[in-house]
Amino acid sequence: MWSRRQGRLSTLACGVEELRCRRREREAALRKARREQQLVSKRLLREDAPEEAGGQSAAVLLGEAEVQQFLRLAQRGTDEKEREKALVSLRRGLQHPETQQTFIRLEGSMRTLVGLLTSNRALLQLEAARCLHELSHSEQSAVAEACLPATSYLLTYLSGHSSEFIELCLYTLGNLIVGESEAVRKQLLPQGIVPALVACIQSPHVAVLEALGYALSQLLQSKEAPEKIIPSLLDSSLLQHMLRLMQPGPKLNLGVAVEFAWCLHYIICSQVNNAMLLSHGALPTLAMLLLDMAGAAQRMDDAGLELQLACPVFRCLSNLLTEVPVEAMGEQMELRDERIVAALFILLQFFLQKQPTLLSEGLWLLNNLTANSPTLCTSLLSLDLIEPLLQLLPLSNVISVLVLTVLCNIVEKGPAYCQRLWPGTLLSCLLNTLVLSDIEVVGQSLELLQLLFLYQPEAAQAFLQQSGLQALERHQEETQLRDRILALQQTAIHG
Amino acid sequence: MLLPTALYSRLAGAPGAAEPLPVERNPAAGAAPFLFTPRLVRFPRDHEFFEDGDVQRHLYLQDMLTQVSETPEKSMVPEFTCQVAGCCQVFAALEDYQHHYHMSHGNTCSLCSRAFPSGHLLDVHILEWHDSLFQILAQRQDMYQCLVEGCPEKFRTSQDRKDHMVRLHLYPADFRFDKPKTNRGPAMPAAADPPARALKDDSDAMEICSEPAAPPPCRRTYSHRIPSTVCFGQGAARGFKSTKKRNKHP
Repeated sequence: MWSRRQGRLSTLACGVEELRCRRREREAALRKARREQQLVSKRLLREDAPEEAGGQSAAVLLGEAEVQQFLRLAQRGTDEKEREKALVSLRRGLQHPETQQTFIRLEGSMRTLVGLLTSNRALLQLEAARCLHELSHSEQSAVAEACLPATSYLLTYLSGHSSEFIELCLYTLGNLIVGESEAVRKQLLPQGIVPALVACIQSPHVAVLEALGYALSQLLQSKEAPEKIIPSLLDSSLLQHMLRLMQPGPKLNLGVAVEFAWCLHYIICSQVNNAMLLSHGALPTLAMLLLDMAGAAQRMDDAGLELQLACPVFRCLSNLLTEVPVEAMGEQMELRDERIVAALFILLQFFLQKQPTLLSEGLWLLNNLTANSPTLCTSLLSLDLIEPLLQLLPLSNVISVLVLTVLCNIVEKGPAYCQRLWPGTLLSCLLNTLVLSDIEVVGQSLELLQLLFLYQPEAAQAFLQQSGLQALERHQEETQLRDRILALQQTAIHG
Repeated sequence: MLLPTALYSRLAGAPGAAEPLPVERNPAAGAAPFLFTPRLVRFPRDHEFFEDGDVQRHLYLQDMLTQVSETPEKSMVPEFTCQVAGCCQVFAALEDYQHHYHMSHGNTCSLCSRAFPSGHLLDVHILEWHDSLFQILAQRQDMYQCLVEGCPEKFRTSQDRKDHMVRLHLYPADFRFDKPKTNRGPAMPAAADPPARALKDDSDAMEICSEPAAPPPCRRTYSHRIPSTVCFGQGAARGFKSTKKRNKHP
């Protein structure tokens, strides 16, 4: 869908500044919703665009008589074109929440619509499906529940061949799945949504696959997913298909990969059976994808989809790494390949320019890659990536802590590693972080200093010469730091 | 952030792992009051660390869904008629024709002209309506398979099957693709959509295709007049004789 419609952005009658302002408002609303644990909600998925947008036809408020009339015309009209037009008019009306209410309160309305959805008149079917799609956007659970009679048909059509229709059915299902009302999900599972998706995921149509990924990602976010949905999903062949669609190569479609990467993220977080993901080769797939993304980030300017893909891939890799048993870590060749840290840094630089909020997630991945890996720690040294890493320190407290933690990962491996860091800008960077007031940042700096003094004694001397003791003194009163500061002062003075 | 130039060529180079430097730890490292041990960190789904990324994901979805809801642009062409024998529907947009072809002529039974939404339902129909062996076997064993893909249950009668689908799978009792077999012959032409038929509730809808009374079996109905930009792949009518399975994975 994305690839098909990318050139056709909705025409809004506002300027660039207004767009930016609107986007900030949307971001703020989403942040608030997430903090309230409300982020999975239809209301948030769809902006109240229809009433404001300049370019689109505005939602029309229809009364009961009009709805009835359009339905009757659509069902029983003699002229095909008239029937179609009636449904188009109904659809425009259904963009308005009040018309939706009127519709569902009308007796037999859904029955008629389902009849049109399953009729043999192709264009009426399409328009009926679009009406249903409009209804699926409603934030009222009553409206979603009114759509229940249609779900068995929506699922049946997923095994068909009309890609545009299937796409519409999938987005409709995705919208119905999201939301407070569990009734829809309670019905979809016994109706066979998982086998229907397995059949559908074999479609060659990119737009269908993207829609499927969207619907699946909504299903996987539901609170009963770990218990009721993920087990049967893992029992089916859906996982293999998902991983297949995320393989880098000429057939990789970014829009599709983005959706399935998010699906994978929800599955991994559920921890239902991550061992199965490992045995199906999820780690190599994700690692290859990382390399592929870094290559693409180098090559192109506009890489909106790369950004969208990077976030879930980082999360999947990072969380999945925690599930690899320690003994097995050595076997994962891809995780020792130094190209993976090269790729990660290239991506970090890319994010620095385009999406700084992703930096912390990338650094978290770097921590998980390096914590127990002498190989990758060595790679960071031999590829000269310490300086670039230090350049990220001033960006934010969260980033500082992550950078310092990665440096600790390297330094704690012993003198051979510390020697490669000495001399260098490390000490002056640490003296800078000691000036900050954030306790976590300072605490992590102290940990790094201890290790550095232990394995590289000249560092302690240099520290003294550069007024390190004064830098330490400012935090002496801090309860969480006091003991460590004392210990460092002792070490620095007495060796 | 300035990256060493050699990094880019390294990425493009061959896979390879560094020879790790020797690890040599001092027991005093990370000892009290210090805390550090290298450790992998796992974040659960709702952790605040994920806030920024989740917000970006939602912004992306909002934009995507706005586009999905827009009235799609259609590739308009000069009006043409569907060339499948007996079908007189006229189209002016390729997408509409593609949809029509798949839905009305895609999975069509060449023996009775009924159209089905999927190959699976067509298979079941041919088996249950046109296979005399099925009828014989059905007298002695459970032959009516559940229509929900993935459900292995089979039943003695189509009514039992319907009961199962309603009870277990929460299907509607009047599911349109599960009609009991009738003694009706091949479907009646519906092309002109006469008023008498139009007043009915389209209840036989999906199964009827506009074809004349006795269609020749297993005939591919492509025509040169279909715009060459339209490609369907799998939509030919077929009957019982065809044993070719499509889209089935082992």
